Amino acid sequence: MPREYVLHRTRTALGRTIGQPPDPAPPVRLRIPEIDLEARIASLFAEIRNLAGKTHRAASPADARAYVAALVGERSAVASNAPFLRECGIADLPTVRSGIANAEELRALCADAEFGITSADYALADTGTLVLFSSQQEARMISLLPPVHIAVVQSGTILSGLDELLSREPLPAERSSSMVLITGPSRTADIEQILVRGVHGPGEIHVIVV
Amino acid sequence: MTGAQEQKIRQTLDDANLQLAIYTATGRLMSHRKAAVAEDVLPDFQELRTQANLLKRHAIENLDHYLEQFESQVVAHGGKVIYARDGAEASEFLIDLAKKKGARLMVKSKSMTTEEIDLNERLERQGIEPVETDLGEYIMQLAHERPYHIVAPALHLTRYDVADLFTRKLGVERETEIEKQTKIARAVLRQKFLAADIGISGANFLVADSGAVVIVTNEGNGRMATTLPRIHVAIAGIEKVIPRAQDLAVFLKILARSANGQHITVYTSFLAGPRREGEIDGPEEFYVVLLDNGRTRLLADREKRQSLYCIRCGACLNHCPVYRKVGGHSYPGVYGGPIGAIITPQYLGVTHDPWLPFASSLCGACAEVCPVKIEIPKLLLALRSEVVQAKLRDTQSRIERLSFRVWAWAMRRPRIYEMLGFMGSALLGGEGWIRRLPKLLSHGPLGAWLSQRDLPRLPARSFRQLWRARRKAGEN
Ligand code: SF4
Repeated sequence: MPREYVLHRTRTALGRTIGQPPDPAPPVRLRIPEIDLEARIASLFAEIRNLAGKTHRAASPADARAYVAALVGERSAVASNAPFLRECGIADLPTVRSGIANAEELRALCADAEFGITSADYALADTGTLVLFSSQQEARMISLLPPVHIAVVQSGTILSGLDELLSREPLPAERSSSMVLITGPSRTADIEQILVRGVHGPGEIHVIVV
Repeated sequence: MTGAQEQKIRQTLDDANLQLAIYTATGRLMSHRKAAVAEDVLPDFQELRTQANLLKRHAIENLDHYLEQFESQVVAHGGKVIYARDGAEASEFLIDLAKKKGARLMVKSKSMTTEEIDLNERLERQGIEPVETDLGEYIMQLAHERPYHIVAPALHLTRYDVADLFTRKLGVERETEIEKQTKIARAVLRQKFLAADIGISGANFLVADSGAVVIVTNEGNGRMATTLPRIHVAIAGIEKVIPRAQDLAVFLKILARSANGQHITVYTSFLAGPRREGEIDGPEEFYVVLLDNGRTRLLADREKRQSLYCIRCGACLNHCPVYRKVGGHSYPGVYGGPIGAIITPQYLGVTHDPWLPFASSLCGACAEVCPVKIEIPKLLLALRSEVVQAKLRDTQSRIERLSFRVWAWAMRRPRIYEMLGFMGSALLGGEGWIRRLPKLLSHGPLGAWLSQRDLPRLPARSFRQLWRARRKAGEN
């Protein structure tokens, strides 16, 4: 059996026996700086803009809705089922489809839509990152298939960085089968190291903080 | 070294455009890395390297434990783990799976491990179509070449090469604008993603406490391949396992920075099992193939097992003066550069490619930049001595043996030894640099060697003479 073969060879190579407990692991290293909300928002926006992403600070949910409405205009969009999008009134903008729970239907919609609108579970200030867990509220495809991704984020979810995220979510797998970190628009530099945005994922990203 | 390799090296050295391409590309990656790990940007970079090294060492020294923990976590989340002794077994699993599920088309996210086991060829032979989806890898697949660089597979091609290739293989009109070329590839591959039955990925990390596969990409192909097809299969070397999800706080900070200077890649996917109850999308089946393929052999070597810490950032390639001259296709196997020079002969056995450990100037640049602190030059030296010992046993150079015999013979005869020394200093003394040796010696390989090197002048009086003079003075 390959399993027994590989494990046996591994143990023999290391001089270990079946079921032997591991040596004590090096302690976890997480460094969480104290940064106030304003500074976190400033850093998040600066990082996203650095990556050619667009940012907007919305004074109210209504402001966020107006911003999204202006962006989308008459074009087609798919919004996730996140309650916050509903609260902002974004899910019921005229050209926005929302409330889809069937994968096949969602896939067909996302393949044609020009905008994908999601919320985010967290944002990371020091790298300009959005964190999305796959769930009933957030499908994976919406932030992936359409050429433009709009994320509407609550300011309270902005963390200082990866270390704070992993201290809040020490076991992401307990919560979802998929946690994805998104940092800027999809990009490549595979031909002559020239930067091109929008390869497989969205080439444009807008982050709105309410 | 085979004739073909020698030819490849010669070709690369003679091709001025290629030399420029390698030099600029690696140079750019180097300067981006430098900026991203600078003291004011990432003050604790050295600490992170140390921690990464400790974590990798711990994971490797207790590998069986973490493999079993990883496996039980994958199972707990509804996935399956398959062990494969070699590439044939890993491919067989995929081929069987494809047959069972009636799958013909597989999309692949970038994975050096699948390159290592020639997965594409094996699948094609069974009538399965594997499609590379990373832009660089896709170009390489169309060109029937192997990746030129761990993180920049098509580093050696220009937009004009790509234009020709796309016209020839995709039947599109010739397009030399890079942005438009990317659009062409996006459109072709989008259809493949939507039609594929199975998505294959590698793994940058396997997280033991979560049963998760972590994949980092910039283009989004890693997400596409693990979101759209019904089945996701990750193929990873057993050495990729790390203890805890929280350890990613260390590794994710140094991986992209060391590779190309990004602070973090655009997408990091943390995937644990198939789609769950209530989740809207994601694969219905989730498999992880754990590949040995020579790794347990390497593990048995106490000193060299640290080469399994490698996180494939490519920094050691960019900083290697040898790689920067000979390029990625001059190395046998898929892993080029200093780390390739170490792991290739170990995966395949040292006598397979006895010249590889010598393809380095041991300048130490690789060890200085390696984010997990692998002592690359030390390992290369150890491998060299293994190769040399193997050679000594049978074909030690006759000249070397002969000259040692002459020297040993002379040593046992002090008068003659002294006389030889005296002759030497007469010949080379005064302004007598070795370069001025008789014309006779300045031809061929010896001439080439001497053209770059000097011997210091021999002292006018030898140690023996000084010793005697001292003794005499002491007696008086
Ligand atoms: S050996 Fe170190 S520097 Fe080289 S690719 Fe591996 S991790 Fe990067």
